[in-house]
Amino acid sequence: MSKFQLITKGLVKDNPTFVLLLGMCPTLATTTSAVNGLSMGLATLFVLVLSNMAISAIAPVVPDKVHIPVYIVVIATFVTILQLLMQAYTPDIYVTLGLFIPLIVVNCIVLGRAEAFACKNSVVDSALDGLGVGIGFTVSLTVIGLVREILGSGSAFGWKFLSGDGMLAFVMAPGAFLVLGYLMVLFNKFIAKK
Amino acid sequence: MEILLIIVSAIFVNNIVLAQFLGICPYLGVSNKLSTATGMSAAVCFVITLATLVTYLLNKYLLLPFGLEFLQTIAFILVIAALVQMVEIVLKKVSPSLYQALGIFLPLITTNCAVLGVAINVVTKEFTFGLPSHMLGLGEAVLYAFATSLGYGLAMVLFAGLREHLALSDVPKAFRGVPIALITVGILAMAFMGFSGIA
Repeated sequence: MSKFQLITKGLVKDNPTFVLLLGMCPTLATTTSAVNGLSMGLATLFVLVLSNMAISAIAPVVPDKVHIPVYIVVIATFVTILQLLMQAYTPDIYVTLGLFIPLIVVNCIVLGRAEAFACKNSVVDSALDGLGVGIGFTVSLTVIGLVREILGSGSAFGWKFLSGDGMLAFVMAPGAFLVLGYLMVLFNKFIAKK
Repeated sequence: MEILLIIVSAIFVNNIVLAQFLGICPYLGVSNKLSTATGMSAAVCFVITLATLVTYLLNKYLLLPFGLEFLQTIAFILVIAALVQMVEIVLKKVSPSLYQALGIFLPLITTNCAVLGVAINVVTKEFTFGLPSHMLGLGEAVLYAFATSLGYGLAMVLFAGLREHLALSDVPKAFRGVPIALITVGILAMAFMGFSGIA
């Protein structure tokens, strides 16, 4: 697989949200607006790239029996670093995303890439793989957030084009499930043709 | 009265799956059959309650006195992983039949974000439950965790029942599988939104 393919495969072929169905909790919970979805995607991307690199570097010396706990500790370390950085530089986003920042630790995308890719490949390839999957995740989250924001509050990326409220249900819990469900239908129908 | 409020609020109003979006992966993954859904709910209920008890004590008597709150994420996930392992070993010895019934679901609970989510929530967030906003005491925290996991079980069993019917119906090709399941959850969530009028 070429380096370019490593970066682009997360967009359609191995899209973590629409194809692999990984990381559903943050996908549903943080996409109340396009900006929130984008920030959550970038936060996950940060952890994915760094943990992939670290894990591919240490994988040869980690005994097989304890590899999962070791990977989880590595991931939790980067999540803690991210938490401290966000508290310092982007406190507003940190408060909005709240619980879902520490929960990146148990996001199956991150551990999944460590198990499936990083532990068998070079540091550079693993970084690119993390970048590719992270970009796929970020794009999906931004799209879901954008649709929910347009329907739910009549604005896009914070820019309001409708006066008054939108359909409030789309910003709340049911809208998340419905929008993701219908976007998945569209994805199956038009993009993932086999 | 306060106990009742905690229970109603955790099970219905702030349902962990349908309002808080925690534990969605196993929710979509094992809700194909009613029997597996019940097994998973029982295992989750057990682990959430126990994990909240242990992490609450760990936070109060170890992390807070030494100013180590920033280690919460790492410490909690390790405790949960160890706890799940321990529950597995104990169950295998004490009740092999229950161990058999829960099977693969037990180890999977480590990466269920509902467990870590509730554990972090009870030590960092302030709750009201009809009283002025306050941090939860140990008893309240454990009760809240238990009630939350009951809510998880309720959502899971309801959805599994719906899905068993869904499997028999003629669904358009692009909707098959997860998309129609998500849309069903959406409608279920809409029904649960009605409970927020109670609180």
